[in-house]
Amino acid sequence: MNAVSQTSLQASAQGFLARYEGLRHRLAGDTAAREAGAAAFTRHGLPGPREEAWRYTGLRPLAEIEFHEPVVLLADASAQFAALGLPDGPRLVFIDGRFRAELSRLPENIAITTGAPAFGHLADNSENLVALNTMLAEDGAAIDVAPGVDAGTLLIVSLGADAHGKPVSFHPRHAIRLGAGASLTLAEINAGTGVYFNNPVITAEIAEDATLVHLREQREAPGAFHLSTVFAEIAARGTYDSFSLALGGRLARVQVHARLAGEHSMAHLNAAQLLGGSQHADFTTVVRHDAPATASRQTVKNVLTGRSKGVFQGKIEVARIAQKTDGYQMNQTLLLSRDAEIDSKPQLEIYADDVKCSHGCTVGELDADQLFYLRSRGVPEREARNILVRAFLSEALDPVTHDAMRAHMEAAIAAWWEEAPT
Amino acid sequence: MLEINNLRAGIEDKEILKGIDLVVPTGEVHAIMGPNGSGKSTLSYVLSGRDGYEVTGGSATFDGADLLEMEPEARAASGLFLAFQYPVELPGVNNANFLRTALNAQRRARGEEELDAVKFLKLARAEIKRLSMADDMLKRNVNVGFSGGEKKRNEVLQMAVLRPKLAILDETDSGLDIDALKIVAEGVNALRGPAFSALVITHYQRLLDYIVPDRVHVLAGGRIIRSGGPELAHELEANGYAAVVAEAA
Ligand SMILES: Nc1ncnc2c1ncn2[C@@H]1O[C@H](COP(=O)(O)OP(=O)(O)OP(=O)(O)O)[C@@H](O)[C@H]1O
Ligand SMILES: [Mg+2]
Repeated sequence: MNAVSQTSLQASAQGFLARYEGLRHRLAGDTAAREAGAAAFTRHGLPGPREEAWRYTGLRPLAEIEFHEPVVLLADASAQFAALGLPDGPRLVFIDGRFRAELSRLPENIAITTGAPAFGHLADNSENLVALNTMLAEDGAAIDVAPGVDAGTLLIVSLGADAHGKPVSFHPRHAIRLGAGASLTLAEINAGTGVYFNNPVITAEIAEDATLVHLREQREAPGAFHLSTVFAEIAARGTYDSFSLALGGRLARVQVHARLAGEHSMAHLNAAQLLGGSQHADFTTVVRHDAPATASRQTVKNVLTGRSKGVFQGKIEVARIAQKTDGYQMNQTLLLSRDAEIDSKPQLEIYADDVKCSHGCTVGELDADQLFYLRSRGVPEREARNILVRAFLSEALDPVTHDAMRAHMEAAIAAWWEEAPT
Repeated sequence: MLEINNLRAGIEDKEILKGIDLVVPTGEVHAIMGPNGSGKSTLSYVLSGRDGYEVTGGSATFDGADLLEMEPEARAASGLFLAFQYPVELPGVNNANFLRTALNAQRRARGEEELDAVKFLKLARAEIKRLSMADDMLKRNVNVGFSGGEKKRNEVLQMAVLRPKLAILDETDSGLDIDALKIVAEGVNALRGPAFSALVITHYQRLLDYIVPDRVHVLAGGRIIRSGGPELAHELEANGYAAVVAEAA
């Protein structure tokens, strides 16, 4: 079986490489960076089950589909767009990975460049899917917030659509830079229809005293693949505060690398994964404490129904210099069906001696006493279960203080629950 | 009217209720007393529909409807309320939302109009005041971090807001200080009337000084072994259960 999956993974990688050969002279942006990505992807290909970081998330379902370059772009996306019920305000809209000016609204206080991938400086091509992105990236946004500016909220909307009836893949590449003391709330919504593969890479350079709040709503189409990677580097007293909600897609992975590079910097990597049917979603984090007195907090909640599978891999690395590190990681899972599965892998690598690191993991079903208590008060069973699921998620969602995005996420969760099997 | 006929129930192979006969006519308050482990809580759980009990015989009807056939939420909507001996904590669930959700779910089930947030808060605040509870009770998570006595008062608050036709109070007095005991008793007495009945489970005569029952029953070994007027509670307080149990044997 391994042999078979290896072959399909290799064949799929060959397909992406061939596509690159055909496109390389037409793709915009930094050619040298792209060549480096292509070289790395040629070496690594797509990750197989023998790679430790991909043991729980197999890419065979992805490899079995031939993805094409999006050519016939969805001309009129207004219906799908309206269905998203987007919060007001500045936004960058990408359809099949291409920037669409007519649907976007540029903010005044942020310097934004689109039309070519924004490679940034932080991405690591030894990650297979980063190499793939670097090789095929067609567009993206370079987002620069000047020192001291409070830039408010910016939405990045990605709509995927297999408009010409063939599965497509797109590889957006965004680079965010916050100057000293700047702040920005970046809210991502990833959605779409049909069969497509969304493979974004986002880099975020957060200078001294700057704060990036990064809210991500992944509600891709049921047939879609979403494999995204974030690299964040946080300077002294800076904050990267992220929350990732995953409830869409057939196979999804969100991978976050956060490097706490300056003293008293902080990273929150919170997530909630709500899965049903035969969905698979993976939240993988690598937090590197590289300076003294840095803090990281991760609260990851999974709610799994049907035959779905959730994965959480959380690695905390504490360098020798990073004394007084405060690392916290909690992964909690509610299994709402017998056939659902969670794989949880915490990993601590600590080279400093004066640190406080804790991690915990719980897996359980809904509490029968709590359920009965609610029902004994007249609350119907389905509503009672909903209340308990929402209560379970609240700890992860509570840090989302942005009202409009919070409401948008709440609505997405409510819609998920409407369709979830009991 | 609550009518229980030769009710037998247990857990797995263990029979706990061994033929309960009990009638609580509408408008009356009955007390149940009995030794630890005699089946008092089991009876209240079976009547309110908790999972895990197997009913092996007999019947229980409320105003003619077969309670044992109904889902717990339907029993609640039909007017049954259980104040738990051990109230359950609901982390992440706001007490006010919980109460309003419950009240509106019951009203919906009965075809009544739902209360909006403003009307609900007015109602809940009035009851909170009557029960001398702290205002922030409504803002906190259900029973989380509540003291033993506060949990019991929260049960009574729910009862006051939900206005059941039949309330089962399972040791609502235990853990309460003397002032709280009076307040809780007043909460029950305020509901008393021709359309309200209650089953008050207690170990202590003291509560029955405040909530004077129409009848007192002794539950021992899964059966009602004796029934009488309020004076029976005094007799038990003075002599303990041993004599009554021996006499019944
Ligand atoms: N889940 C269970 N599994 C096994 N035995 C049980 C279970 N629940 C109750 N029992 C047993 O059933 C009997 C009756 O319990 P119940 O809680 O109804 O007593 P009670 O009269 O309410 O006692 P107390 O006055 O202490 O509250 C006890 O012997 C108890 O151990
Ligand atoms: Mg009991």
